[in-house]
Parts: sequence; C-alpha cells; structure tokens
Amino acid sequence: MNNITLEQLRGQIAALEQPDRRIEAMPTGLADVDAVLPWGGLPLGALHEVLLPAGEGEDGPAVGFVTVLLGRLAARQDGPVLWVCGRDDLYAPGLAALGLPPERILMVRPARAADALRALEEGVRCRGLAAVTGDVWDMDATARRRLHLAARDSGVTALVMARHEGDGTALTRWRVEAAVTEPPPGQALRQGVGSWRWRLTLAHCRGRGSDGEGVVARWLVEWNDETHRLRLASLPGDRPVVPAVPGIRRAG
Amino acid sequence: MVGAGAPRRRVAVNRAAAAVGAKVGQTVADARAMAPALRLFPADPAADRALLADLALACLCYTPWSAVDDSVAVDAGPGTGGLWLDISGCAHLLGGERPLLRDLLRRLRRYGLAARAAVADTPGAAWAWARFGDPAKPCLASGDFASLAALPAAALRLSPDTVAGLGRLGLKTVGDIAGLPPAGLTARFGDGPVRRLAGMRGRVEEPVSPCRPVAQPRSCLRFTEPIALAGDVEAAARQLLADLCRDLGIRRLGVRRLDLMAVRVDGTRRHVVVGTGRPNRDPAHLWRLLAGPLGDLDAGFGIDMVCLSAPETGPLAAHQGTLDPGGADGPGVSHPSVDSLCDALGNRLGFDRMWRFAPRQSHLPERAVLRLSPGREGPQGVRDTKGGGAPDAGPWDSRRPLRLFHRPEAVEAVAPLPDSPPLLFRWRRQIHRIVHAEGPERIGAEWWRRDEADRDYYCVEDEAGRRFWLFREGAYDGRTLPRWFLHGIFP
Repeated sequence: MNNITLEQLRGQIAALEQPDRRIEAMPTGLADVDAVLPWGGLPLGALHEVLLPAGEGEDGPAVGFVTVLLGRLAARQDGPVLWVCGRDDLYAPGLAALGLPPERILMVRPARAADALRALEEGVRCRGLAAVTGDVWDMDATARRRLHLAARDSGVTALVMARHEGDGTALTRWRVEAAVTEPPPGQALRQGVGSWRWRLTLAHCRGRGSDGEGVVARWLVEWNDETHRLRLASLPGDRPVVPAVPGIRRAG
Repeated sequence: MVGAGAPRRRVAVNRAAAAVGAKVGQTVADARAMAPALRLFPADPAADRALLADLALACLCYTPWSAVDDSVAVDAGPGTGGLWLDISGCAHLLGGERPLLRDLLRRLRRYGLAARAAVADTPGAAWAWARFGDPAKPCLASGDFASLAALPAAALRLSPDTVAGLGRLGLKTVGDIAGLPPAGLTARFGDGPVRRLAGMRGRVEEPVSPCRPVAQPRSCLRFTEPIALAGDVEAAARQLLADLCRDLGIRRLGVRRLDLMAVRVDGTRRHVVVGTGRPNRDPAHLWRLLAGPLGDLDAGFGIDMVCLSAPETGPLAAHQGTLDPGGADGPGVSHPSVDSLCDALGNRLGFDRMWRFAPRQSHLPERAVLRLSPGREGPQGVRDTKGGGAPDAGPWDSRRPLRLFHRPEAVEAVAPLPDSPPLLFRWRRQIHRIVHAEGPERIGAEWWRRDEADRDYYCVEDEAGRRFWLFREGAYDGRTLPRWFLHGIFP
C-alpha cells in the first residue's frame, strides 16, 4: 500500500470519527508543547492519559502535572472538578500550590475499581463539570472508548491516570518523571530545593508519529511558583551567568 | 426509677423489685438496705412524656382519636402516665372491645411495656377502672356506676393531698364521696372532686384533644388488579413522584430521603430508599435516582399498592431561574447537573465517600483541611477563586506536599546532629540519598494541644529527583536520637 492510499484512509477514518467537528483546545501554557500538539494545545472534550509510575511514592510528578492541567481547565470553565481517587491522601494545600483551587474539587473515593470507572464515566457525561480526573488500576479498551466518546459528546475533558499503557483511543498520553531541581543560585549543595522539575514525555499523540522508543516529544519543564505556570527548564549550560558578588548571599 | 430531691425517693419499681419488697416512695437508702443488688435509674420525666407521645401516635392504628393523658402530671407518681383512646365506632373493626384491648396490650408488651387498659363510658371512668378496677374484667358495662363506687378515692384523679384530706374525713371510696352534697365538698376541697365525679358519671363532658401527627409528604396508589410488570411499576412510581413533588412544592419542602414502599400480594413489603445531597423536588431528577434501584425491585406475585413518602425533608424555597448562568451562585457545586451527579454517585457509592475540601485554621498540616459533604455550604471565608491561576497566599500555604499521609511513616535517617537535614534515609526498604534539602520549618501544635512534640519539617530531594516531606520529632536533647518521619510527597 503506498503512502497516498494510507493518507486517504486516514482522512476517511478521521471524518468518521469526528463528523464536522472542530476540536477546541486549551493552551498548556508551554509554547513548545503547544507547537507539537496538532490542536495547538490540549484538546478539550477528549480522553487524555497520564501514566502513573509503579514505584511507591513516585507518582508525585504525574499527579502534579494532572493538577496543573486541571487548574488551567478549572480557570477556563465554571463548575467543579471531579476527582475519582483510589487513595484519599491528596492534600488540598499542595493542589492549591499547583494552581487548582481546592474548593473546586469534588472528591469521590469508590470502594471498587469497577465503581471508579463508572463514576468517571458518569462524571464525563455531566456537562456542569469543568473536568474529570481519576486514577484507575485497570482500564480495558471498551472502557477507554466509552470514556472518550462520552467526553466528546459532553465536551468535558477527562484526564485519566492509568497504570498501564493503553491503545490509541486517548488523544494524548503523557509520562511525567521527577528531575533533580536546580537550587536557587548561590546556594551550596544540600541547600535549598528549587522549583519542581519534571521530565515530561508525550508518549502518544493522535496525528503525530512516535520514534522507535514510543516517544513523540520530550521536555524538561519546571513549575514557576510566582506566575503559577509551567515553563521550560533551562539546562545548566543555558543558564545566564550570574555574577558572583562576594558578600551578597542569602542568609540561611 | 429514682426521683430528684433529697432524700431521694423511688418513684417507680418494676415487678422484680416489688417482689423483694421495694416500694414506691421509699428512700433509696432504705431500699438499698433491703436489697443491695437493687439497680437504680434516675427518673427522666421528659423521656417518659416523649415515649407517651410516640405511643399515642402508634395507637392511631386503633382510632383516629388518641391523646396523651395530660390531666395528671406524668411524674406525679406511679401509674399517672396514660393514653386516652376514643374508640367510639372503632371497636368493631377489631372484633369488639375485648379483642381490641387484648391486641393493644399484646402490642405494648412486645414493646417491653407493662400496661393496663380498660374500656368505659367516660374518660374518667376508664382512667379509674384501668388503674383500680378488676383486670380480669377490663370492659366496664355501660352505666355500671356500682362497680366504680367501690374504687378508692384516688380513682377520681385527685391530687395526693386531696386524697389524703378526704381520707382523714373517712371518705375512702368513690361511693362515699358520691353520697355527699356537692356544695359542702366544693367548699372544703375545691371543685376537683365534684367535677371529676360528674365527669366519671358522664354528667359533664371531659373533652380529649387528639394528637395530630404532622403528616409526612406521601402519596399512594392502590390497584384493583395487582401489577407485576416493570413498566407498570415504573409508571406508578412516576405518577407518585409527580404528585409528591407537587405537594412538596406547596409546602416549600425538598426531599432529602425518598422511600418507595411496594406492598405485595402476599402482604410483604419491599422498600426502595434513595437520598439526596441537598433538598430537591425535581421529579425528573428524583426519578433518575429511583430508577436504578426500582429496577431491582422483586414484584413477587404482584403488587397491590405503591406508596411514596419523604421521611426526611428540608426547606426548599421556590427556585427562580437566573439570567446569568453560573454568575451569582459562584463556582461551588451549584449546577443542577452537578447536583444530580452528586446524588447519583452518593446513592451508589455512599455519601460518606464524597467530599469537598475547605481550609481549617490549624498549624498542624494534617488538621489544616476540612472535608465537607458536597451538598453543604463551606464555612465562611472560603474564597472565590474562580480566576484560577492567580497566585494566592490565602489559607493554603505554598510549599506543601501533594500527598499527605494520614499517619506519618517512620523512616531510618542518617542526619548530622543536632539539627541538620538527613543525608540519607530509608523508607519502605529503599534508600534515598539526599542531594537537596530545604528547611527546617518548625511546626508545633496549638498551645491547647501541647502534649505533641514540635516537628522540624524538611523538604528533601533524592538523586532521582523524588521530593519528600520529612520531619524530625522534637529537638535533640543530647541523650536520645530524634526520630524521623516521612509525612508527604511533593510533586
């Protein structure tokens, strides 16, 4: 099959999938990321996945990234954010620090995984919500498809934190890993933790091919506490030279 | 039962206590001397009165006219608490007066209550015969004053002082008093004895005002032919729901709990109960809640009657639509579809499994967050953060972990003394070497909780970039090594 036929088929499938619908997108706040996403931002009314790492105590960055996106979605739209959680140790001040007002969150903690999926789907069908998120242990292709279609109908964005790589139903899939922060300049080693830094990987994006390792694009981003936005982290080599002025050092 | 006041006297005894010789009016010390094993309970007149009121409501199954006897104070002595039941025209429904009484007493015995009952022409006669008459013959024949005349003077519902005064004059029975001219009695004892006597004989009307229960909002459908099809049950429930919501609209109430009762042909009842987060009377919304569990209703051989009631309601004023959607109500959980989502999830998963966050004034991180049920309004001072991204230094601090453990987990840490951040620590059998650390931030409990040690919190980062919130409990005192805990995980 030559390339032209393939393109035609893709076009036909796209027409079947989204009949006459322009996908609205929300800028992620990172120009480089928005440039890679074909919609110019995170598409609304769709299913997105963020992969949770298996290790204990390592899901902080992934949950943090979801929180940042939810905060932006909540700022755009009225209504609460439904959060279907498996563990109930989410800490409201920590969520607030990443730009998601805790008063806007509606937490639900189902006892069983099947209930969690059902709650997610019901949430996605509810147009009064700003966004829906949840961590699921296991989500099969049918559940993914149902969630995505429900999100497409209602226009509510679903960010699902999944443990396993799924198929291509979700429009985007992200992997977020921790990266060592850059301490504030002028501080000795073991002194000061800088802004939260994450290695952000776009593992799947509909309409964009990935390389051999399953990576569409990769960035090093950090959270700016002052502006409450993500920004690209500058690598040590790119850092503007800070003139070392002896005598002027921060105390402590 | 023991009354208040000094010396404390017994106001009531049960049968077992009476068997060992305990008497009403005895002082507690005397009773204890007789039977050391005696168990004493303080008297609670208010609870007695509430119980009588409940019983009066329960007795509405015998007659529409039941009332608590308030002509004598409940705590005036034993046997003074009572109920009036006006069974005129009702007795034949249970096969006559005797069967009715038997049924009533059996029911009360099942509740664990010892009771006596009597039927007579007038309330006064019934009162007297129930307490002083012959229990073997509880139904007094009409116009039988001769039996009443033999009863003691106390049967006239008089105060103990009056009864004692009459006794001093040798007037021991009702008959003695009835034989005297009324004028002399009234001059000496007030109009009490004469009035009661006239009431007992039916010469003066003694009205009984019935208790009226506040009717629950409720609507019922009875069927001439039992229904069993799911579609029929659904149609019935929908119609009942519409009726009920109209009724609630008039009363300005909203449903908090909805109870659908189906009475089946074999006499058994099936209930379907759903709850709502906030008062609601929208039939479409309530139907969505009810539809799921109603599908599981087992109709058996058919359903004779369906009743829909609202056992729990809340005030709900008439709603006025707003031109500015989502404007005046703020960003809370106010969208109607969100309310219905909350109710649907709450009914299936349990309302205790959903919550919203609200700040609470506390230094301790684990106490700084309050969980509210979604239907409830938050405490005052919850800011409107509709604007989102704007940095705010409100009640939420800035550098706080994303996950906070309910119980800080003990870790083994290597840290230079006395107050440096750890160099490495072991958590869940994994060693984390720390490259960056920030702190300490000393957090102590409020002064009224001074039994907890201060904590020195550090934000630390390991080689892989994982960031943790550790704290050292207490300060190093030169003898024991301080303990380290992991309390949260940063993004």
